Amino acid sequence: MKLVVSAAPHLHDKLSTKSIMWNVAFALLPALCFSVYYFGLKALLLTVCGIASAMLSEALIQKFRKVPVTIDDGSAFVAGMLVAYNIPVSAPWWIPVVGSAFAMAVGKHAFGGLGSNILNPALLARAFLMASWPTIMTNWSKTTLGSISGMMGVSRDLVSAKAKVLVSSATPLGVVKFLRDQNFVDGLGVTAQQGKEVALLLMNKLSSFEVLQNLFWGNCGGVLGETSVIALLLGAGWLAYKHIIEWRIPTCYILTVFVLTYIFGGIDGIFSVSILFAAFQVFAGGLILGAFFMATDMVTSPETRKGRIVFGIGCGILTVLIRLKGGYPEGVCYSILLMNLTVPLINRWTMPKFFGSTGKGGAK
Amino acid sequence: MRKKTFKHGVHPPDFKSLSSDFAIEMPDLPKVATLFLSQHLGKPAIPIVAVGDKVKTGQLIAKQDGFISANIHSSVTGEVIAIDSFIDPTGKKSKAIQIKAASEDDWVELVDDENYLELPTEEILKRVQDGGVVGMGGAGFPCYVKLMSKNIDTVILNGVECEPFITSDYRIMLERGEEIISGLKIFMKVLGAKQGIIGIEDNKPKAIKAMQSLLVGQSDIYVQPLELKYPQGGEKQLIFACVGKEVPNKGGLPTDVGVVVQNVGTAIAAYQAVRYKKPLIERVITVTGSAVRSPKNFCARLGVSFDYLLEEAKGAIAPVAKIISGGPMMGFAVGDASACITKTSSAVVFLRKSEIFQSQESKCIRCARCVDVCPQNLLPGKIGDASMNGLWDEAANGGALDCIRCGSCAYVCPAHIKLVQWIDLARLELAKRPKLEEKK
Repeated sequence: MKLVVSAAPHLHDKLSTKSIMWNVAFALLPALCFSVYYFGLKALLLTVCGIASAMLSEALIQKFRKVPVTIDDGSAFVAGMLVAYNIPVSAPWWIPVVGSAFAMAVGKHAFGGLGSNILNPALLARAFLMASWPTIMTNWSKTTLGSISGMMGVSRDLVSAKAKVLVSSATPLGVVKFLRDQNFVDGLGVTAQQGKEVALLLMNKLSSFEVLQNLFWGNCGGVLGETSVIALLLGAGWLAYKHIIEWRIPTCYILTVFVLTYIFGGIDGIFSVSILFAAFQVFAGGLILGAFFMATDMVTSPETRKGRIVFGIGCGILTVLIRLKGGYPEGVCYSILLMNLTVPLINRWTMPKFFGSTGKGGAK
Repeated sequence: MRKKTFKHGVHPPDFKSLSSDFAIEMPDLPKVATLFLSQHLGKPAIPIVAVGDKVKTGQLIAKQDGFISANIHSSVTGEVIAIDSFIDPTGKKSKAIQIKAASEDDWVELVDDENYLELPTEEILKRVQDGGVVGMGGAGFPCYVKLMSKNIDTVILNGVECEPFITSDYRIMLERGEEIISGLKIFMKVLGAKQGIIGIEDNKPKAIKAMQSLLVGQSDIYVQPLELKYPQGGEKQLIFACVGKEVPNKGGLPTDVGVVVQNVGTAIAAYQAVRYKKPLIERVITVTGSAVRSPKNFCARLGVSFDYLLEEAKGAIAPVAKIISGGPMMGFAVGDASACITKTSSAVVFLRKSEIFQSQESKCIRCARCVDVCPQNLLPGKIGDASMNGLWDEAANGGALDCIRCGSCAYVCPAHIKLVQWIDLARLELAKRPKLEEKK
């Protein structure tokens, strides 16, 4: 009788690092399908470029580092996918290639590889691409369907053609940024009062069910992977069902954005927007993608339960700050990156109370 | 009654249906019994027989050494043939007395005190101590020591049996419920406890029912149904689930919250020791696993070997690739089927090759699944990380000293890190510390 001797436990849950990563990749597929449907086959091409570059870069770097090549664990695949998801469809093929290579080299392996990185590699790559090729990364001109002006039913007698040019073919959050900008009102060539009225009217239009519906399906401008709320929620649902993501980070993140935009989102003092506008802010931009797929990145989020709540709320506050007060229309990427940097501190400050140290139950 | 439970924990598959429906059987008497001197927590017992001595069933062969120790009795009638090292159920070599059994089964004299509950407390404690009764759930803590605790208001009987595969406690609750309750009454009387609780998980509805039907009209004893979750049978977890109290960490004991926990099997052993002066020489053990032709719940004599039990269960149906002594979450994989059972052996699981989980450790991805399941609310990943890097203070900060070794963290770890063993290492290193300081 030849017997195996190993350490307890002798049973194991089915989930492994590999299966977690491939499940995340699977959960990202619906978003890719919607992306191809709305933006065309180029969306697929860019995603494939991103994935191929990520896997190849990781293999080369691991060869160079003389460590085992682990591209079959799926983590490079997911990172490449997420890099591509953060790129507009109008970008050339080499943008995801460069981005993914950067994500692997600087974002991941410079820190020691899987499990050791401080920042989310895909988001770091997005920040890098934004800084290096800002015009390419914010070119929404190839956004074929549902340009935001069309959705809003902006007509010539309402605002000048100039306003229409400004708001057309931008991302939904880009439009909001225009509306909040004094230059926009000035550019209309109307009085300040009239300009404000136009802006308010447009804000209300943004909060219509029709716009929300388009955002929900993904019929609007934006980077590849962020537009379709329904597709992302399908994927997130799968991950939650598989116990791969946990509720705390996404829930706290999204709720914080919702509440803060409801309070501070208006251009006419606090509580000056409808609840639908707060919903618009949740659906628009990269929040859903960020909250479910990037902020929940296991490596770069807190380990403690309380820490995850703090992390989610922190991401939400920073996102709203950037969206409303910052120079960019969207703040999901930078807010998550900034919060990534605070994770060691959050972990330290939110240490759980060990069982038996709470004095609960009246120990004598 | 509303089901209760503790915080966190995991849900491993339970595999109990393999053996749960088979009533307790008496196997044939063994040819040889190997009785370890250390079948309990504390100091090993001291042999009082020599090679060549003839012994009766139930005769004292090694006596307890010190306060925390226990007597060992012969489980068969026969002749001592060796006092040497043999393989114990943890797979290690350990000192034991080996007895070659004769064909007859000649017991030492037993009594029958029908009014056993009227006996003075000292006499009850003495009988429990003399009988070598220890905790049969796994730890093997001498029973009489626990019964000497003061300020106890609640005695909890552990009928949780949260480890997969094991059904021995389930069967005794179904078949020997009266003895369990008699044992519980003895415990309550000795400790002056006002209430007795029998904690049983809801995957054993028949056991809950059987015990409840025996308790009709009893106001001070009740069955507490518990929500199925591992490691509910952990002493601290069971106390929290039943009475909502947290046993203090840093070396706190159940007595600090006025509770004593005993296994249901221990209750029977104590009852037999008190009423009949019958020493602990046999126990119910589950012989199961997919490699066993006919899984069984045996009432087996102590000191019988694993291969004897396998033969009694009609042998192997497929090549045995792994033997687990105890449950698969905390039990030991034993490399030799000649290992012999002790007072704390609740099961022997024989697995086929296809069922063996084997994998390499990979890097921690900080998924915090270990944090989410830890019933002690520790940071297992952090301790593991610290331990790999020799940072013992960090390991202590993560809660290394409060680990109960349940293995929930390692069960869910997607990187397959041997967290329990890394934490063990940290605990060993941290335990050395005061000694180092003393030397300075």
